[in-house]
Amino acid sequence: MLGASGLIAWRRYDRGGWSVGDQGGPREVRDYRVADHGGPSDFAVIRGTSASRPAEMVRHAVEALGGMRRFVSRGDVVAIKPNIGWDRTPIQAANTNPEVVAAVVQLVFEAGARRVVVTDASCNDPGRCFQRSGIWSRAHAAGAEVLLPAEHRFRTMRLRGEVLDEWPVYRTLIEADKVINLPVAKHHNLAKYTAAMKNWYGTLGGRRNRLHQSIDMSVADLATFMRPTLTVLDAVRVLLRNGPQGGNVDDTQRMNAIVASTDQVAVDAYGCTLIGQRPENLAYLRIGEERRLGTRDWHTLRPREVALRDDGATERYGLIVPAGVSPSDVAFDLHHPAPRIIT
Amino acid sequence: MSDLPRPLPWLGVIGQVPALDVSAPSGGPVSAVLPAPLPVEAAAPEVTMATAAAAPEVRAEPPWWASVVSKVRSKFKTPKRPGSGLPARKIIVWLRNARRVSQTGFLLLFLFLLVRTEFRGGFAGGATVRMPYPVEGFLLADPFVALMTFLSTHTIYRALWWSVGMVALTLIFGRVFCGWICPFGTLHHFFAWLIPNPQGATTGGRRVKANMTHGYQNAKYYLLGAFLVAAVCGSAIGGLFDPICICVRAIGLAVLPAANYISGRGLDGLSQTNIHALQLGSDATRDALVATVMQPRQYFFHQTWVIGALLFVVLLANRWIPRFWCRVLCPLGATLGVIARYALVGMEKDHSKCTDCNLCLVDCQGADSPQGGVKHRHDECHVCLNCEVACPEDVIKFTFLPKRTSLAKAQDTLDRRKVLTTALTGAAVLPLARTSDTIDSNYYDRLIRPPGSVPERDFMERCIRCAECMKVCPNNALHPAFLESGIEGFWTPILIPRIGYCEPTCVLCGQVCPTGAIQKINETQKLGDPVRHIEPIKIGTAFYDHGRCLPWSMATPCIVCEEFCPTSPKAIWVEEVDTPDRNGHPVHVQRPHVDPTLCIGCGACEKVCPVQDRPAVYVTSVGESRSKTNVILLETSNYNRS
Ligand code: SF4
Ligand code: SF4
Ligand code: SF4
Repeated sequence: MLGASGLIAWRRYDRGGWSVGDQGGPREVRDYRVADHGGPSDFAVIRGTSASRPAEMVRHAVEALGGMRRFVSRGDVVAIKPNIGWDRTPIQAANTNPEVVAAVVQLVFEAGARRVVVTDASCNDPGRCFQRSGIWSRAHAAGAEVLLPAEHRFRTMRLRGEVLDEWPVYRTLIEADKVINLPVAKHHNLAKYTAAMKNWYGTLGGRRNRLHQSIDMSVADLATFMRPTLTVLDAVRVLLRNGPQGGNVDDTQRMNAIVASTDQVAVDAYGCTLIGQRPENLAYLRIGEERRLGTRDWHTLRPREVALRDDGATERYGLIVPAGVSPSDVAFDLHHPAPRIIT
Repeated sequence: MSDLPRPLPWLGVIGQVPALDVSAPSGGPVSAVLPAPLPVEAAAPEVTMATAAAAPEVRAEPPWWASVVSKVRSKFKTPKRPGSGLPARKIIVWLRNARRVSQTGFLLLFLFLLVRTEFRGGFAGGATVRMPYPVEGFLLADPFVALMTFLSTHTIYRALWWSVGMVALTLIFGRVFCGWICPFGTLHHFFAWLIPNPQGATTGGRRVKANMTHGYQNAKYYLLGAFLVAAVCGSAIGGLFDPICICVRAIGLAVLPAANYISGRGLDGLSQTNIHALQLGSDATRDALVATVMQPRQYFFHQTWVIGALLFVVLLANRWIPRFWCRVLCPLGATLGVIARYALVGMEKDHSKCTDCNLCLVDCQGADSPQGGVKHRHDECHVCLNCEVACPEDVIKFTFLPKRTSLAKAQDTLDRRKVLTTALTGAAVLPLARTSDTIDSNYYDRLIRPPGSVPERDFMERCIRCAECMKVCPNNALHPAFLESGIEGFWTPILIPRIGYCEPTCVLCGQVCPTGAIQKINETQKLGDPVRHIEPIKIGTAFYDHGRCLPWSMATPCIVCEEFCPTSPKAIWVEEVDTPDRNGHPVHVQRPHVDPTLCIGCGACEKVCPVQDRPAVYVTSVGESRSKTNVILLETSNYNRS
């Protein structure tokens, strides 16, 4: 007995004191990018008309990058992170368009994914956000698992960012094989513009409200932590004022655009122009570029821009591509100023 | 009781009570001559005779398991009925089993509805969020609630007319609600069985004594009287004692969150081990729990420990007085008791056949004098039928239209002076409560009522403290008030934005409110519609504490409050300023302001303000739409609108 208690006292001796845990160490990074095996492009912009279906635009966008198989391999577990932050309906454009989410789920399954999880850590009551945004029903119908952010799905991690150190992180999002960022382009009163990089706020639990004191740095920290496989920006309907929550349809505008890229900085640099911002006004883009997360100069990413026409044909910089020709067969980039049909 | 024949001394074990005509030998204690229960082995000889030659030693030494088998068997064997041993009527035995099924079923139904009193969302749901079925159903069928609110408001609010069905049921069968349906009653029934009195175990003398009718059982009638008088004077305070309200409140606000806490901490502990299998198991369990009975996040309720502790005490009381709550305090039981005096079904007794064995009292639920020689307290009887099943003679018979001679009358039981004094108490408590710091003066500034609540005075007439709204609130915004709304408003709902704000598109609390203290509003009524000139429902107004706000006093950007402000245009607007930090360098910040004409008081800003302990923006009740007097602005005051 004495021996045992002595042993416990010796093994579990607590010196007390007031020290702070270790501060140093490299930044935590979750990198889901695929090794680049040379897709035709790394940056695609699809511009549709008000008659184009979002699903069709998403399909064109992903195909312009070389198709979903470039990003998702057979048997992958894929986490899709739309913006499901607010208790708003699709027309209010505060959350990612449910049709866009469903289209991406579909593409990911077509590429052979084993499991697709759609989730976000919402700002308002999650059940309400997921249901009323229409994402729950559309993603479920497309076969995805829609997970609500229950408390136990978060685990405290040390991110070791500039301003983000210890935070509860949404495990479901970081435990997947591939992660697809699926933001919606919106005005944001403090950050000026929110889409791809700021969408990672939804990987954090806890009281995120402190982050706003240094919003640019924390957005950059999060984007450093999360390096997605693919970013698909929903700009079908864009919230121009009163962001990020909106609430008034008058503050939104249909833009019928989808941007897809492997580079989240480039997506934001392009996307902010949609609401009349300029990339140089967004400090988090500059920090992101300094940290080599991506580039603000999307022209360097062999961009492809596709315009969908109502007759089913597509148009890129004046070239009419008849319906039935795959967008990946059409090249437009800086080195080939004239667009051409490859086959 | 003193004029009744004295019962035989209680012997302690069922089945050992001799009939009256068995003559006890003088000198020895009665139990000494009782035939010992026939041991099972005694039946063995006939069987073993045939096999004796083959294996005589088997008979001499039964295998080690024989005693176990016989013990188990005797457990399942119907014990020999004592006394004359007359069997109970088949139908009654069957009905008693039906009663057990009914109790279990209704308890489960209640728990199911309670657990479902929340919004979870789903893929099949659309943009309009409602409860798919009346989760507050038990309260709608509660005649005490209906009667109380009828007396205070002179109306029957919506589905409360269901309670007429319960009155009808009681008029036919008596207090079957208590014995067959009431979830709280079933809990007490169960606990009285689970924690029997330490002296006297399950059947002994103390238990029989406790199950005899006692004067204290009248307390509930006086209490009922006081509550009804209080209702006439304009307070539905009796809801504090309604058993369904207690069930929802105690299980919903105390037991379930506590269970959530325990299971959550336990499973968290497992998932933090480094053993993969444990982690997986814990995650899977957690997912399964959250998908069924638990909530995806921990809910907290203001001062809920009091609610939990009172539940604990009243359950524990079953140890000394079985179904203490039902017999002594329950105002719903009292209401039904009054009605049950006129019920068609009742008990008829053949007093002459009673041997005073008191077996009927062992499991009597209502303590309603089922035994012979006394008048039956029909109003106390839960119609559990245990007495008729237990009676070995032919004394007790439940029947339609019983002979009224064996039933006690109200005059025999209630004391008029006591009725009068309790009624006076009910009438006197209200003015006392209302002349303290409450409704009319020194109003607590943070007494924020849920959206759609009626004006405070009417609120007191209606709110029965059932906690349905607190249970259903998806944001954990509603809490049982402690003393915030005065002693009279104990456990009425109060919105504490710091714990949870009111979700603007949510109208669930009004939907589950059974009495209309929170009216059933729809989204358009709540959010307003500028096109149709419908004003939104305001529950308060936000104010800034500039000394604590980061952009106002610390030259630090923030405006989380503005981001979360849900109105459109936002009630919070920002002023762009360059403010110097301590070194004189200008810092660009946006300073928030509230526009009181737009603020709906939802409290989202207060909830999310990063100044953790006391937020820099907070909501007080002033400006709430429901009040004509609790206003700031002239042009939006209620008098101008109506
Ligand atoms: S207080 Fe607000 S959020 Fe809570 S239930 Fe009522 S309407 Fe819903
Ligand atoms: S309470 Fe706060 S968040 Fe709600 S409307 Fe008023 S200012 Fe906006
Ligand atoms: S959230 Fe709090 S600290 Fe931040 S601006 Fe609003 S009131 Fe000030």
